[in-house]
Amino acid sequence: MTISVIKTLKRLAAAALFAPTLALAAGAVLHLDKAPVSKDPAALQAGAKTFVNYCMNCHSASFVRYNTLTQIGLTEQEIRDNLMFTGERVGDLMKISASPKEQKAWFGATPPDLTLIARQRASEFGSGADWLYTYLRQFYRDPNRPTGWNNKVFENVGMPHVLWELQGEQIAKISEHDGVKSIELELAKPGKLSAQEYDKTVADLVSFLVWMGEPVAEKRKTIGVVVLIFLAGLFALSFALKKNYWKDVH
Amino acid sequence: MTTKSQQLLNWVDERFPLTSTWKAHLSEYYAPKNFNFWYFFGSLALLVLVIQILTGIFLVMHYKPDASLNASGIPVAFASVEYIMREVPGGWLIRYLHSTGASAFFIVVYLHMFRGLLYGSYRKPRELIWIFGTLIFLALMAEAFMGYLLPWGQMSFWGAQVIVNLFSAIPVIGPDLSLVIRGDFVVSDATLNRFFSFHVIAVPLVLIGLVLAHIVALHEVGSNNPDGVEIKKKKDANGIPLDGIPFHPYYTVKDIVGVVGFLIFFSAIVFFAPEGGGYFLEYNNFIPADPLKTPPHIAPVWYFTPFYSILRAVTYPLFGIDAKFWGVVAMGASVVIIAFLPWLDRSPVKSIRYKGGLFKGILAVFVVAFFILGYLGVLPPTAGRTLVSQICSVIYFAFFLAMPWYSKIDKCKPEPDRVTSK
Repeated sequence: MTISVIKTLKRLAAAALFAPTLALAAGAVLHLDKAPVSKDPAALQAGAKTFVNYCMNCHSASFVRYNTLTQIGLTEQEIRDNLMFTGERVGDLMKISASPKEQKAWFGATPPDLTLIARQRASEFGSGADWLYTYLRQFYRDPNRPTGWNNKVFENVGMPHVLWELQGEQIAKISEHDGVKSIELELAKPGKLSAQEYDKTVADLVSFLVWMGEPVAEKRKTIGVVVLIFLAGLFALSFALKKNYWKDVH
Repeated sequence: MTTKSQQLLNWVDERFPLTSTWKAHLSEYYAPKNFNFWYFFGSLALLVLVIQILTGIFLVMHYKPDASLNASGIPVAFASVEYIMREVPGGWLIRYLHSTGASAFFIVVYLHMFRGLLYGSYRKPRELIWIFGTLIFLALMAEAFMGYLLPWGQMSFWGAQVIVNLFSAIPVIGPDLSLVIRGDFVVSDATLNRFFSFHVIAVPLVLIGLVLAHIVALHEVGSNNPDGVEIKKKKDANGIPLDGIPFHPYYTVKDIVGVVGFLIFFSAIVFFAPEGGGYFLEYNNFIPADPLKTPPHIAPVWYFTPFYSILRAVTYPLFGIDAKFWGVVAMGASVVIIAFLPWLDRSPVKSIRYKGGLFKGILAVFVVAFFILGYLGVLPPTAGRTLVSQICSVIYFAFFLAMPWYSKIDKCKPEPDRVTSK
């Protein structure tokens, strides 16, 4: 590859990064599908597997330790056997071997760390999970893009469709009504999974990403219930105390 | 009390005004007996201050004010916050208490200030209490602004960038002033470290000092009440106000009810919605700060938005100086003008209970305008929104500047001699 081609690729990647910025600034409305987020350990484990196999080739989850996954019902041995491939220890952070600098040189942009992606992508259009669930199902073939892929939610995205083998290839039918561009997606080449199976795979992955964004979330709510019950009791007591003290104030 | 502990107390009292201070500020501080719901927010503000200081102490133990990137390419400061959230035992709770506490602080302080507006708590002889209070509000804004930079997320970074740049609009000294604030030509590690220093040491010291002055001044002149009448005018043979009751135990037990009630709401947010729908913790702030990527829309946190709207509402240059400068002036004036209320209100009565329809109507319009300004401050500006915020800014200032006139001609009812109800 000549240097000028690399430069062009870099520019394209940079444009891809800023494209959603411009789209949002123009007041574009995102139509997001509601993500069926699950807390079921089996779904989270399936999501973890997809994450490690597909996402972690480029993206780190550098705030999460592998053994944190014991919280979604895996044993440390299972984590070692099924989710770790490159000789890390089970207490290590889920980092990737490529450095951000190298990735910048290869892709023109560093693929973001995904630990907090589900919290980052929340907006007035829907939760972060909704965004991810829609995004991962709306890649389509676009010969004008350096990767050959484009996305309906994230226009001119820098990332190729990593799950294409599973979903198959979608093509876009772009039409314009009154100056408003609308994109219809159509499955041109089926993948290994049926549409329902693919949706389930993505839903599991998104559920895992949501869990990873805040592993303590469920525990937090459980503690919250106890705290609120305690405070309700305390409120009744303090109210009775006040009533008793104030009975002679007229 | 046993003689032993009495002896110990005597020993202390001969060397330190323990009993006399206790009496002056609690057991023999006579507060009006007719405090209503609005009077909870002073003690609640104190509670939130304590929550912020305690949680802050623990956060500082693991937080690192460092903008350099770690091996994964994440700023160390951002990563240290996530470390607190994930690896420090109970760290998530401490952090959520602190982040929710910041918003709670402004909620209770806004309600506390509104109480002052309702019942004329700023009127003579409580002008100094009011001025100290305005200074507390200013210090609180500085504290919140600098604290918001520390997680080093996208909104932290770009919010600070936008606000510090405002200072550069000041003629002559502006560029140097913003340089001094930043400690660099852009928001950087130097900025992060000086904001950290101010956030954990300088401003809290000032805040605590001002809160002390606020309370000492209050206890010198005595509390106002919903009727706006001075209870010290009617005393019994022992010199105790007829409508006064000792703060302790009456208001300590009452404030406990307020505290627990507040904690119920506070905990509901901390445990079930710590992001506050993206208003208490903004979604964009979960993205690490990136000086090369400007977010599409930079909005300050909700508690600054009314004043931010006033800033943006000024779009005309004046005397050859940029509109941005006059926006800064308007924003500064919108906070400082609050301190002048004691001299702007010429009404013969203090409390809204005895004020006329004119004042009530204007206050209602003011509140609506303030909410609209707050709402518009979150949104990106459009021509229509700018016009609305200009109208609301005029209403905001007119409320204060026209007060000497409308409070004088307002048809007030006579004040009672003694407090009513209860």
